[in-house]
Amino acid sequence: MDYEEKVDEMCEELPEKVRSRLVDRMEDEDLSEAEAEELIENTKEAYDKCKFEPGEAIGVVSAQSISEPATQMTMRTYHVAGSAQGVEITQGLPRLIEIVDARKTIKTPSMDVYLKDDYQTEEGAREVANEIRETKMLDVVTEDRIDLLNLVVEFDLDTDSLDNIGLSEEEVISNLNKGRRKYEAESEDGMVKIVPKEDDISVRDLQKMKNKVMDKHLKGIKGISQAVVTETDGEWSIQTLGTNLKKVLKVEGVDPTRTVSGDPREMQKVFGIEACRNTILKEGHETIMEQGLDVDVRHMMLVADTMTVDGEIKAIGRYGVAGEKGSVLARASFEVTVRHLTEASIKGEVDELNSTVENVIINQTVPVGTGMYEVSYNPQTE
Amino acid sequence: MPHKIQSIEFNILSPQQIKEMAVAEITEPDLYDKSGYPAEGGVMDPRMGVIDPGMKCRTCGSSIGSCPGHFGYIDLSRPVIHVRYVKTVYKLLRATCQDCHKPLAEDEELEDMEDPLYNLYLKKRKKCPHCDAEQDKVKRQRPHNFTLGGKDINPREIREWFEDISDETVEKFELEGGRPEWLILTLLPVPPVTMRPSITLESSQRSEDDLTHKLVDLIRINQRLADNIEIGAPDFIIDDLWELLQYHVSTFFDNNLSSVPQARHRSGRALKTLAQRLKGKEGRFRGNLAGKRVDFSSRTVISPDPNISINEVGVPEQIAKEITIPEKVREDNIKELKSLVKNGPDRHPGANYLTRPDGGKKKITPDNCEKIAEELETGFTVERHIQDGDITLFNRQPSLHRMSLMAHRARIMPGKTFRLNLCVCDPYNADFDGDEMNLHVPQTPEARAEAEELMLVQENIRSPRFGGPIMGCTQDHVSGLYLLTKEDVEFDRKEAQELITQSGKEDVSISSETVTGREVFSAFLPDITIAFESESGKEKVIIEDGEMKQGRIDEAAVGSFSGKLTEKIQRKYGSERAKDFLNSVSRLSLEYLNRRGLTMSVSDLDITDESHEEIQGMVIEAEEDAKGLIDDFKEGDIEQIPGQTVEESLESHINRRLGQVQNSANDVVGGDLPEDSSAVVMAKSGARGGMVQLSQIAGVVGQQTLEGERIHRGYKQRTLSLFERDELSPEAHGFVRSSFKSGLSPEEFYFLVMNGREGLMDTSLRTRKSGYMERRLVNALQDLKVEADGTVRDNRKVIVQFKPGEDGVDPAKSKQGEVPIEME
Repeated sequence: MDYEEKVDEMCEELPEKVRSRLVDRMEDEDLSEAEAEELIENTKEAYDKCKFEPGEAIGVVSAQSISEPATQMTMRTYHVAGSAQGVEITQGLPRLIEIVDARKTIKTPSMDVYLKDDYQTEEGAREVANEIRETKMLDVVTEDRIDLLNLVVEFDLDTDSLDNIGLSEEEVISNLNKGRRKYEAESEDGMVKIVPKEDDISVRDLQKMKNKVMDKHLKGIKGISQAVVTETDGEWSIQTLGTNLKKVLKVEGVDPTRTVSGDPREMQKVFGIEACRNTILKEGHETIMEQGLDVDVRHMMLVADTMTVDGEIKAIGRYGVAGEKGSVLARASFEVTVRHLTEASIKGEVDELNSTVENVIINQTVPVGTGMYEVSYNPQTE
Repeated sequence: MPHKIQSIEFNILSPQQIKEMAVAEITEPDLYDKSGYPAEGGVMDPRMGVIDPGMKCRTCGSSIGSCPGHFGYIDLSRPVIHVRYVKTVYKLLRATCQDCHKPLAEDEELEDMEDPLYNLYLKKRKKCPHCDAEQDKVKRQRPHNFTLGGKDINPREIREWFEDISDETVEKFELEGGRPEWLILTLLPVPPVTMRPSITLESSQRSEDDLTHKLVDLIRINQRLADNIEIGAPDFIIDDLWELLQYHVSTFFDNNLSSVPQARHRSGRALKTLAQRLKGKEGRFRGNLAGKRVDFSSRTVISPDPNISINEVGVPEQIAKEITIPEKVREDNIKELKSLVKNGPDRHPGANYLTRPDGGKKKITPDNCEKIAEELETGFTVERHIQDGDITLFNRQPSLHRMSLMAHRARIMPGKTFRLNLCVCDPYNADFDGDEMNLHVPQTPEARAEAEELMLVQENIRSPRFGGPIMGCTQDHVSGLYLLTKEDVEFDRKEAQELITQSGKEDVSISSETVTGREVFSAFLPDITIAFESESGKEKVIIEDGEMKQGRIDEAAVGSFSGKLTEKIQRKYGSERAKDFLNSVSRLSLEYLNRRGLTMSVSDLDITDESHEEIQGMVIEAEEDAKGLIDDFKEGDIEQIPGQTVEESLESHINRRLGQVQNSANDVVGGDLPEDSSAVVMAKSGARGGMVQLSQIAGVVGQQTLEGERIHRGYKQRTLSLFERDELSPEAHGFVRSSFKSGLSPEEFYFLVMNGREGLMDTSLRTRKSGYMERRLVNALQDLKVEADGTVRDNRKVIVQFKPGEDGVDPAKSKQGEVPIEME
């Protein structure tokens, strides 16, 4: 019997997830047609019972469902993800606050880079990781010296890490010689020599120059300080510290359809507001679940939707959602009371008193839940 | 819902309005005349309202409490700028021409501009497009002075300038709250005395409100300025006084302005003026308007009572006599109410007040209660004591979620504490180490109905957070059931009948001679079929048609947050049955434990010498390995972990190695301790504690951490002075090799305490941070609700979600967030 067809035909109104779970269940238990129909009917009834009722103060419930377990979260900022290996990423309460705040700069930006099929090996992943990770001169130098006699700087290169990264000595030299500079880099028996163009350079300037060269970008994408290769369920992927989604997507071997950044604002810039909404949802929910706390996804969903309804990210707080409310009294009762009142008076604002706090303030029923409707009784009908 | 107030408009008061709403001009700096009466024309002018009991208001004739108070006004000798509008004044000065007072932009340009006032303010034009006048530089000199081309311009000149700005310009600038010249005050409203009452101290000395003090200062300066103008004093004196007047008016509005010294009380305390009254947590908005104090509430310490229902709360008689419910006298209740009134206010089921239909209210006293009872008629309202079964609201702070305020039925009891069932401790997050809780009594039938239908404890068993039960058996309840449902527990007929009946199930009679523990438990199950993994994990729990077949009941079956059985019963048979189940099962468990006994002692955690040696051996081995790692590190051939420095890698390796000891010690201790040891029962059933705690007591305490790492803090290059500098060994960085039972060495104890201290700091910091996050989240989301059409909208009526949660499923009604798919 084709359960899928049966389900499609009988229950259009059910959400997709419930339908596929229905089909799975039927297949697992190999139900007869009558049994299948009964199951469908039961589920439809159950779905009706599960639906939201009009008037439900869904916002407050979601807000509380997120922040109540937040009291039990750890404050510890760092945690080494994935046993001893991996990237240190902000977690727990600080991370949740960061997401909800829609911070412009997040503490430890990171990306999950997925790979195309051709690169699904450890070597392939490493190769891509090397393309992504920013390599600076200081990463490949074992020793640096200032030759006071000849007024040159000398670097000993770490051949092992050069091999690991996939850089040759010539590439290092040519990279050092890119752009405007006050020196000439040359190779001399396994050593890199920096010869200043200026003849009479002071030692202090030489020191400065050395630091500048050490900071020189050799390979990879700027801003990505770490790229760690991990394997989960037989799939190789790369986790990074530092983000530059736009550039990473163009790297050979990276699967641009799945690669994401953990920074909602960056996701908005690259993929748009829907991706941003999904990032807030995913990151927020994962942060809570990682702490071993059980919170329904729908709560974070509502937060993500509220933050992004207007097509741009708005923070939860004074400078975002709460500060842009229509009601003067609602704004005034949150933060910066006096300013909201004076500005309202200049503009001649009118508070229509159509939501919660405003009505609490003036002692009227709040238009939520049972307060939305009134029951009248007509004794004459009896 | 019909509302009395439809909307509130915010505007700027014009001088005319100020004059119209005022009942008196205030000119005198003296508060009281020689006879001690409020002086006419003074700041406490009797026309502005009454604050003394027994006096009548000169304006409206009402007495204290019913007179709202009336405004007065002060005629300022020279105009001053309203501090809170200085920024707007500045913007206007920069956005309009100094000669023709038109906006500094072409008409068409203005038309397309977004927020023209702000944009023109940002870019001051050099030349007026209308009259070609050269524009001087307008500069703001904090806090409230302005210069035009380097020369001061005073508020009077600014006011004249603004008077000339046309209404069209004002409209374009979106200043619809009033004329711009009203931002410069010529008249100052004097708030009514009712909002700044004076208090009479014991020494019959009057102590005035901060605002009154401020107003007195203000009037004095105003008067002096007027006098000086009249006698034609030199300009610099007048300017100084004018500046002083400006200062007083400014601090009258806000006494916390940057670059303005605070106005102070004689004692040196900064005055609390208007802005300070509104601002902040204890301010008018958050303290009095968004949150209000209520009547009919009480608070006391809580204590447990396993014999009352989860729906109930034990209320001390003393409180029951204080808190009342108004009840209208009808034909059908006149008899009962009469007897209540007859009991008077001091005997428990009594009454405190009586209201006649004409509004007359009478206090019932022990002396007049008999007489009043005689006079009782239908239509009267009696405020009677709360009695058993009345709906009350019970709350414990911090109110983090909606289950922090639930409805309970009152049950009047002797004693002085609120009593609550142990199963509701979890949603309230309550324990009995001195916690206090609040009790409120709803006063209207509507409120009571709502509380009963929506807020009753049983209606909140399923948490909206994750769609599972948030209430359930705790601690000894769990241990008891775990022991009861053990394989070989048997009772004879009498014992079994006693257990079941005493647990509140009176309609079961046992016929068979021997009864197993599982059969006893099954007597409390409704007709359900369910199978699930138990917490102890050995055997699956299988229940068929209300008969328990195998497995043991523990945390996973009946605990809060996890309770699979509770969840199933609630979903299939509703809240009422779930409540009964929790009530009876928790009592059953305690009845059984009372007969069996459950205690714990140190000897419960005695392990054999072999095990002890085995653990010590593992510890030594691990320490040795750690030392090996350190040696490797010193020689520079440690395995480096990608993304970490050599030092970090070493730490990771050591941590991992030492962590292994902990795990294997858990296993050894777990394997050694007898299954029926009380401590193991508690740990395995999930009642309290876990194998980690047991092995810390009997085996090894293990690594202490600080900020997620081994302990590195302390003295220079070492944690304590008894270690070598730069020592990396486990014992020098917080590895505690002793067990709690064998006792800790001083340095071990010190490390343990460091760890404990970190935990304390972490908790206190966390509560603050998450508290603020909650406030922000609630504030941002509070207007969202599910509309009648099934969409989620905010208060602008913008659709936030077409279907709540994408599929319209309410987590509070779901099974762990899913729609249940079940055959029955």
